[in-house]
Amino acid sequence: MENDVKQWQGFKGDDWKENIDVSSFIDQNYTEYKGDENFLAPISKKTSLVWDRCKELLKEETKKGGCLDVETNILSGITAFKPGYIDKDNEVIVGLQTDAPLKRIVNMYGGTKIALKALEAHGYKLNPEVQKHFVTYRKTHNDGVFDAYTPIIRRARKNGLLTGLPDGYGRGRIIGDYRRIALYGIDRLILEKQKDLQDDFLDEDNLEENIRLREEVSEQIRALNQIKEMAKSYGYDISNPAQNAKEAIQWSYFGYLAGAKENNGAATSMGRDATFFDIYIERDLKNGTLTESQAQELIDQFVIKLRLIRHLRTPEYDELFAGDPTWVTESLAGMLNDEHSLVTKSSFRFLHTLENLDPSAEPNLTVLWSKNLPIGFKKYASKISIRTDSIQYEGDDVMRPLYGHDYAISCCVSSMKEGKQMQFFGARCNLAKSLLYAINGGYDELSGALVIDGFDKINSEVLDYDTVRKSYSKMLQKIAKIYVDANNIIHYMHDKYAYEASQMALHDTHVERLMAFGIAGFSCAVDSLSAIKYAKVKPIYNDQNIAIGFNVDGEFPKYGNDDKRVDDLAVELVQEFFNYLNSHKLYKNAHATLSLLTITSNVMYGLKTGSTPDGRKAGEAFAPGANPMHGRDCSGALRSLNSVAKIPFENCCQDGVSNTFSIIPSALGHDEKEQITNLVNILDGYFVQGAQHINVNVLNRELLIDAMNNPYKYPNLTIRVSGYAVNFNKLDRAHQEEVIARTFHEKR
Amino acid sequence: MQEHSMKKDNILGYLTDIETMGLVDGPGMRLVLFLAGCPLRCLYCHNPETWELKNYTQTVTSDDVLKLYRQFGMYYGESGGVTFSGGEPLSQSQFVLECAKLLKEHKIHTALDTSGASCGDFDELLDYIDLVILDIKAVDEDEYIKICGKTPENFNKFLSLCQKKNKKLWLRQVIVPNINDDIPHIQKLANYIKNIKNVEKVELLPYHSMAKSKYEKLNIPYRLQSTPDMDKQKCSELEKILRQSIK
Repeated sequence: MENDVKQWQGFKGDDWKENIDVSSFIDQNYTEYKGDENFLAPISKKTSLVWDRCKELLKEETKKGGCLDVETNILSGITAFKPGYIDKDNEVIVGLQTDAPLKRIVNMYGGTKIALKALEAHGYKLNPEVQKHFVTYRKTHNDGVFDAYTPIIRRARKNGLLTGLPDGYGRGRIIGDYRRIALYGIDRLILEKQKDLQDDFLDEDNLEENIRLREEVSEQIRALNQIKEMAKSYGYDISNPAQNAKEAIQWSYFGYLAGAKENNGAATSMGRDATFFDIYIERDLKNGTLTESQAQELIDQFVIKLRLIRHLRTPEYDELFAGDPTWVTESLAGMLNDEHSLVTKSSFRFLHTLENLDPSAEPNLTVLWSKNLPIGFKKYASKISIRTDSIQYEGDDVMRPLYGHDYAISCCVSSMKEGKQMQFFGARCNLAKSLLYAINGGYDELSGALVIDGFDKINSEVLDYDTVRKSYSKMLQKIAKIYVDANNIIHYMHDKYAYEASQMALHDTHVERLMAFGIAGFSCAVDSLSAIKYAKVKPIYNDQNIAIGFNVDGEFPKYGNDDKRVDDLAVELVQEFFNYLNSHKLYKNAHATLSLLTITSNVMYGLKTGSTPDGRKAGEAFAPGANPMHGRDCSGALRSLNSVAKIPFENCCQDGVSNTFSIIPSALGHDEKEQITNLVNILDGYFVQGAQHINVNVLNRELLIDAMNNPYKYPNLTIRVSGYAVNFNKLDRAHQEEVIARTFHEKR
Repeated sequence: MQEHSMKKDNILGYLTDIETMGLVDGPGMRLVLFLAGCPLRCLYCHNPETWELKNYTQTVTSDDVLKLYRQFGMYYGESGGVTFSGGEPLSQSQFVLECAKLLKEHKIHTALDTSGASCGDFDELLDYIDLVILDIKAVDEDEYIKICGKTPENFNKFLSLCQKKNKKLWLRQVIVPNINDDIPHIQKLANYIKNIKNVEKVELLPYHSMAKSKYEKLNIPYRLQSTPDMDKQKCSELEKILRQSIK
């Protein structure tokens, strides 16, 4: 390879020039920043104008019921749409999903029915010609999945045991290493991919895999060419490496944008870019070709673009993932090694967008926290958290040993090595309902249908812990198999009918795959086990001998109070379920991972689950993610955090343990200065125990109640829910009420 | 924690509550132990459940306290520690002494949140206390008696001891409408504080009536029925005046 590329002037190191290796480039060229936020620049004139226009559009979008416009004549694709602008003269970073801001794309590859339903829900109709041709000639992911689904998967799905499976929409969660385009230019990336097609003969031991890989790499090359073409329509030639900060951000964004045009995955995360961009910004600042104000302008405008990403969704989807989230997750900070952090001035600039451009749910700004991060950055992040409730934190000290220092968070809590790992998103399995199935012999407590056969009803007057626990183990083992089968089918079909060519093109060809399973109803299941073990639980049976309610006599320890008796049950449960999942063969030799993360689907899952032995009534919401049940973690914030911190990450819940933590401002300290110090201490104390994730909200319950009743007073009220932030006004009433019912830690 | 109490040599502490994220009783974030029993019966007391020793909800030993600290110490940062509050922690001074000794062995910051109004020898105890948070109920003797139901004799002795031993002090006073919320009172308090050394901080705490329901539950008559809550804004203005006057 030529090593004297002019765009690389002043950059150190050679290995990253020989091989595609963004991480090594960053290590050798970034400038750690240990100071405070005083260098930051306010919003620029241009950005102000662009953002003002966006605010008008966002208001209009809200007024129109949440969807401003849909492109009904053209289907999704990297080069399908003409260039679009917000305010062309003032945009320093360009590129929209379609030819106009907030105009949504119809993506039919996941499933025709769902796409058409989403259109209809928003009052649109697809161009009949386009619809006719697509439906006649093209099979979808959804069609494929249902061709292969087994009878028991269908029953599990129908009864709410497995919900939210990506079998009718894009699976998402894949992060391309978009920085590669900036560092190497598209042409070099194409060249590297072509090398992977040079074998003259097929490997007969892995025939199918071999053929499929060749087809996929060819699709990737096609996608790379299309990204180049799309960029050209905006007037940029991205064949070569970026030569300055503006180009580096623009080239990377084109890569991301291609993915958001081509796919409609639930989560389309951005990656880990701040420190990479900072290298270019520092070079330009030194050269005198960029000022601090311009640097901030680039980041602000890039972030504006990420705030406008939209996908067309059905009402059913919104019930699961409320508030129109896109999870454009951007991971910030983290450590390089034990001594040096990856904090740069641009890590601050990204957080500063929440001040320059109002609080916002997207991009999902994620701080990779370590006890060794520079104190200036810790304090600034805490300050922005207290002011905006828009940041989430994840434990770098537990993830870095497993993923190296160049991983990024996808969606909410899923870590993967940038460009080297991808994920098969597997939604969630309802473990509270599974427990009811263990009690009810596999019959669904709401529909009365037999879902899982081969089990006896327990049918005793008082539930005996050992009997129930044994049956639960057997049930979980069987459910794990069903759950694995469903995901193997889904991802086989997704690759076949809705392959994410542009995103996978920005990965190594031989990529490591993770299959991310998930649990819903975690704390409800744990407290139910505790109730059966430590109190007297008497089921109320209906005439079918199905337990439809429970009387609980006596006290039992509840998860969320740092009480070993019940927290041990929690740890045992996740380890057991993970082991069952991990014992199966997974599609494309993926590794199993597991998350405690529900997004807002805890409301939906609760709705579809009957009364549980912990005293929760039928239909009531579960707690989100790994959270203790609402109001039950009543012995203080730190005890609640300690319970969650016990959930094992490594080799168990390695896809993430989501905790949403709300504290009222006065419980965090007298004034902002004290609150900042205390929040830093809380985060240090939580993560040092090996915890993985926390959403922080510093607000009063009364404020949310007021916002629920008077939404117009709080147009920008952003809160963290479960792994993402959301504009409170975009939640429906049921979700708002669930958020308000959560534990707010107060002074005791 | 009952089983630990069976150990022979350890003195038992009788607690009404444990706060694991205490942010107002001493520097930083702290473990705050509320000890049962108090010799005073202040008009505005907001913890009447701590008056009687028999109202304890749990007993702990010094080992338990250290264990508790370890369970939460990682959140407390460099500035945090343990505060003995109450009730009146001096009414269980042997237990506090044993805890403070053990905590100092482990280099943990200790604070004593007290009215100083107990009778006893606290000389050795203060050797192991880093900070005394002292509640000055009133400067004037008659007013002291009116508020607390006792003479300030023990308080005066305790303050002298703190001075003799050069203890760091945070001084507090609860401000109650129509009792001590006027400028002359604040001036008097300022003059009093000026003669005290090692004062690191002064705080005025606004009276609130949130404890009324506790009194009802305990069947104790509430003596400030007709007194409104202290206006927080006004209280912080008085605090400003106080701070300026003692400079």
